[in-house]
Amino acid sequence: MTTSVSAPAALASAKRRTGRGLDRGFRYLAVGSGVLIVAVLASVAVFLLIRAWPALRAGESISSEVGWIPAGSSVLSVIGPLVFGTVLAAIVALVIAVPVAVGIALFISHYAPRRIANALGYMVDLLAAIPSVVYGLWGVMVLAPMLHPIFQWMVKWLGWIPLFAGDSAGNASNPPRVLMTAALVLAVMILPIITAVCREVFLTTPPLHEEAALALGATRWEMIRMAVLPYGRSGIISAAMLGLGRALGETMAVLMVLSPGLAYSFKLLVASQQQTIAANIAAKFNDATEMGVSALIATGLALFVITMAVNMVARGIVARRKDFSGAN
Amino acid sequence: MASTNTVPEVTAEDLRRSLSRVDPARKRTDVIMRVVVYIAFALAMAPLISLVWSVLVRGVGRLDTYFLLNSMRNVFGGMDAGGAYHAIVGTLVITGWAALISVPIGLMVAIYLVEYGTGRLAKAVTFLVDVMTGIPSIVAGLFAFALFYLLIGPQKAGIIGSVALALLMTPVVIRSSEEMLRLVPNELREASYALGVPKWLTTIKVVLRTAVAGLTTGVMLAIARVIGETAPLIITVGMTNSINNDVFRENMMTLPVYVWQQFGLGLVPCREGATDCIATINFDRAWAAALTLILIVMLLNLVARGVSRWFAPKVRG
Repeated sequence: MTTSVSAPAALASAKRRTGRGLDRGFRYLAVGSGVLIVAVLASVAVFLLIRAWPALRAGESISSEVGWIPAGSSVLSVIGPLVFGTVLAAIVALVIAVPVAVGIALFISHYAPRRIANALGYMVDLLAAIPSVVYGLWGVMVLAPMLHPIFQWMVKWLGWIPLFAGDSAGNASNPPRVLMTAALVLAVMILPIITAVCREVFLTTPPLHEEAALALGATRWEMIRMAVLPYGRSGIISAAMLGLGRALGETMAVLMVLSPGLAYSFKLLVASQQQTIAANIAAKFNDATEMGVSALIATGLALFVITMAVNMVARGIVARRKDFSGAN
Repeated sequence: MASTNTVPEVTAEDLRRSLSRVDPARKRTDVIMRVVVYIAFALAMAPLISLVWSVLVRGVGRLDTYFLLNSMRNVFGGMDAGGAYHAIVGTLVITGWAALISVPIGLMVAIYLVEYGTGRLAKAVTFLVDVMTGIPSIVAGLFAFALFYLLIGPQKAGIIGSVALALLMTPVVIRSSEEMLRLVPNELREASYALGVPKWLTTIKVVLRTAVAGLTTGVMLAIARVIGETAPLIITVGMTNSINNDVFRENMMTLPVYVWQQFGLGLVPCREGATDCIATINFDRAWAAALTLILIVMLLNLVARGVSRWFAPKVRG
């Protein structure tokens, strides 16, 4: 009799105990996953550093082992032109993409009729869904042939600007596998993310600001200039930085479009001048020797550091904005 | 008297005019900016339309069941043969493994952030997840390569690519899951606690159950985002012309890498008058594979949006 009473009680207490154990286990699992994310990000840097170390330590002797490194250079001295090419391509892409993206965002948030605005936003998001390799294929086979006459015209009339200078014969390269083409494809690829962030920011402009501007007799553009743009300035900046991060790390479009070189050259319309880090890795990795792989990973580490820095600054701006604005 | 009467009449006219009409210069700026904004939108639509159109027109010719069901084994030169079956299988298997790795981790991190996370660690995790979304895909590939180099030496295998893709996919899963879990009303959790249900069971049976449609959508969109990744797969999985279903052994082919490989093969030098040789066969295959890839991505997007629309928990009166 006593056992029959105590058995359920024992069962209940056992159940409670395992329940509490499960509860604790689940919490540890959740916290562990959070810690794992921190660990993974740290280990990315650590593993890359481990694999890059032999190339970094080898100094100038590496040029005899790795074919694509010019004689007498170390890894650090070829990272220079690669970083230059990467940053140049990304910045040109950004200069093209940001004004267009702000325009699209304004169109969707303030110009288009409310009913179709969402559908239009979805159309822009579709751009983000297209795989980068398809952009590369389109860029080199469809876009590039269309661009050559335009580039030729630019060299002829704007050639006095160093960026648009022609080759030694005063021509734009044909086929135009040049940095400008690559940057245009990159610009199309980063449009969606810049547009998305700008649109969000523009839509959170306090209606009172807008209405106050309109009540003072402002036209729509004046309202945008006085209320929407000042409010969204930090958002536009961080959107641009996010786009910059994307453009810095993009591989396929550059790999398929650009004819590579290793020079510090600002010539956007001449082939075989610059190369980006990501495209260089993808192009060289499969044929590389042990030391070659190490050298490529060293350049990858540089790319990682640059993109992390850009993204951290961008996210920092977004986060600070969130803290201070009352609109969220 | 007359003069004082006429003066207000003129000012009233002026007043009406100046109130009903904007100063022409300001109006001009307004119109110009409106046109500029419309042009910006058209500029963005032009590449989208051009891209989709050219992929459709150039890819549809070769996209048939033969293309979808045959590999490139023993296909060479300008032969009118060869397909992307091995690449499609490789893409599905590798992306599937990537999802298998990243979805549980991503979901648990999201649960941590929403249900448990407080203090410095949660802040750090939120920030790092944001930063992680910005990792270049090629760096993810290098990381997976370096990780497996330590474990098994310099080899290529599908699973290495899956790890690289998982690294890219996890932050996307976390971000979307976190948003979905935050949408679950606190009253549901409190009601569950009040009935004596422990927290872990509440999380699984109430919170996850309520958010399941949104979670599925998020995961599918994350898959759609990584399924087109090329660069990390080039350096971790390599390529092959044969069918390989085993992620733990040997090179595999994936659809994006297939596009790149076929493009890289370029024009075939055909003999004059040869009837069994198509000069542009490699480009044709590349476009057909690109079309296949876009169709897969679009399908995932559509299904994902459908899931969130049809399977969202119904609000009962």
